[in-house]
Amino acid sequence: MSRQQIKELQGGNYRQYIRRKWMVLITMIVLTVAAGLASLMAGSAGLSLKEVVLGVLKLGSKQTNTIVWNVRMPRIAAALVVGVALAMCGCIMQNVLRNPLASASTLGVSQGASFGAAVSIIWLGAGSQLNTGSGSAAALTISNPTLVTLCAFMGGVATTLVILGLSRVRGVTPSVMVLAGVAISSMFSGGTTLVQYFADDVMVATVVHWTFGNLGRAGWNEIALIGALGLAAFLFFYYHRWNYNAMESGPHTAKSLGVPVDFLVPASMIVCALISSVSVAFVGCINFIGLIAAHIMRRFVGNDFRFLIPCTALCGAVLLLASDICCRMLVPPTVLPIGALTSFLGAPLFLWLIMRRRSVK
Amino acid sequence: MIEIRDIAFSYGRQRILNGVSFTAQPGECVGILGNNGAGKSTLITCINRIRTPERGEVIIDGKSVREMSRNEMARTIAYVAQKNEMSHATVFDCVLLGRKPYIKWSVSQEDIDLCEAMIRRVGMEQFQVRSLDELSGGELQKVMLARALVQQPKLLLLDEPTSNLDPRNQYEMMALVRQIAREQGIAVFIVIHDLNLALRYCDRFYFLKDGTGYSYGGVETVTAETIQTVYGIKAEIAQINGKQVVVLD
Repeated sequence: MSRQQIKELQGGNYRQYIRRKWMVLITMIVLTVAAGLASLMAGSAGLSLKEVVLGVLKLGSKQTNTIVWNVRMPRIAAALVVGVALAMCGCIMQNVLRNPLASASTLGVSQGASFGAAVSIIWLGAGSQLNTGSGSAAALTISNPTLVTLCAFMGGVATTLVILGLSRVRGVTPSVMVLAGVAISSMFSGGTTLVQYFADDVMVATVVHWTFGNLGRAGWNEIALIGALGLAAFLFFYYHRWNYNAMESGPHTAKSLGVPVDFLVPASMIVCALISSVSVAFVGCINFIGLIAAHIMRRFVGNDFRFLIPCTALCGAVLLLASDICCRMLVPPTVLPIGALTSFLGAPLFLWLIMRRRSVK
Repeated sequence: MIEIRDIAFSYGRQRILNGVSFTAQPGECVGILGNNGAGKSTLITCINRIRTPERGEVIIDGKSVREMSRNEMARTIAYVAQKNEMSHATVFDCVLLGRKPYIKWSVSQEDIDLCEAMIRRVGMEQFQVRSLDELSGGELQKVMLARALVQQPKLLLLDEPTSNLDPRNQYEMMALVRQIAREQGIAVFIVIHDLNLALRYCDRFYFLKDGTGYSYGGVETVTAETIQTVYGIKAEIAQINGKQVVVLD
């Protein structure tokens, strides 16, 4: 909520104020649907809104139905579930670690998961090569999603445990923790490079492409898995919404309000590690979405997790859908790697956040 | 009745509290006094299970705090920390947090009414939807007090509630605390450094020295000798306009 709005509301009653938060939530739902439809329309086939809607309902021409359901819908569904998962992660991590710069990608959790997934694909044979003959980089498919998920989760959790350990050390400021995240990230990137070094050429090409982040990589099974875990995570987070609100006043006050802090912090971090790792395993590293979505929504609904959790989740989906549209429209018919685009746009925002924080302190 | 029974606590090998015991009645303000590092804040956090004491018990109206569930404890003891994180949340949302131990799934009308009444009581009604990070120190402290009071506790723990406030706000704050405590029959433990503020607004005084109680009692126990022993400074107790004051040498 902007300062202007707050000033207008001063002295206004609580119900009015809550109604505003509902309006924000409803706006986010509308935006998500709009971004989804826009994404369905964007592309070389030049479908109109009407054709797209008919296609979704499977009432359009055969060609339209095929384009909508086999080409575009998986992509949009992937953007939706991954955006939701990453954004919720950032939102919750920032709360439980008391660190506004926390997110899966800034703390190295994504990179850890990425390393785990690379190991499973190259060494444990969880990926199989499809020789398309064109030497195209998209020739790798995941044949064993369970193994990839498990390995990515192990990589993500390993990083999370290090971060949790650091967060208990006195004097580790939010900035120091992010620096530790940078160190952990580069360690895992190095590890991923080493794993690739011993793989054959095609494997290397595919893994390099894979690390950019690509929404087109996930199939319906993978999307369903991310979606199911994301939903479970949302229910867990939403159940604890009052506890997160209390955590905003610091762990001591939270304890005095009856929050099981010693359980909530590690449990939340493990859930975050799980959903971000699974996202990374199937679509690669997509940076900054998780960090920024929560910051954007906090401006509108404040640190009220009753609204912040669902709004941030939707904001993540909208951001990722919009980025994906950009990726497809900027240099058609080439589809730019989404991870590169979000990093490119996200890094300046991240810097701005750091600088703003410096000036506040 | 609140009974603190033989509380002991150590940080690693360093013994901080070594058998703290005292009792307090509903509506009473107890000033907890002592040097920096004497263990005053530690004592407060041992009472409401933020820290787990090695031994000892806190008994409120015949029930041990250790045996209470988290929510039951939060409905019995409220706490205002020395430093509060200024989150980007509104005053109302912050006060509403005090109802968390009572809220099952959604906020009831009773919760809202209680919060509104308490916000009015501490004089913050025109700031209901202002963000905490836009408040002054005194305003923030009042909000924190309101949050603690809507928990409807039997015991209120305040850790240096006046340390960041100007003199006027200090007196306002303490007057408000004492007034509400007496009205609602809440026992209040206040960690406080300002001896004159304590003399003016507290009913009983617990002096903490070397991890244990040096003296405990009413205003008559605040003597030059006690201050000399506990703080290591010379002081004189004087009467000005019928009010007892401490003059440091």
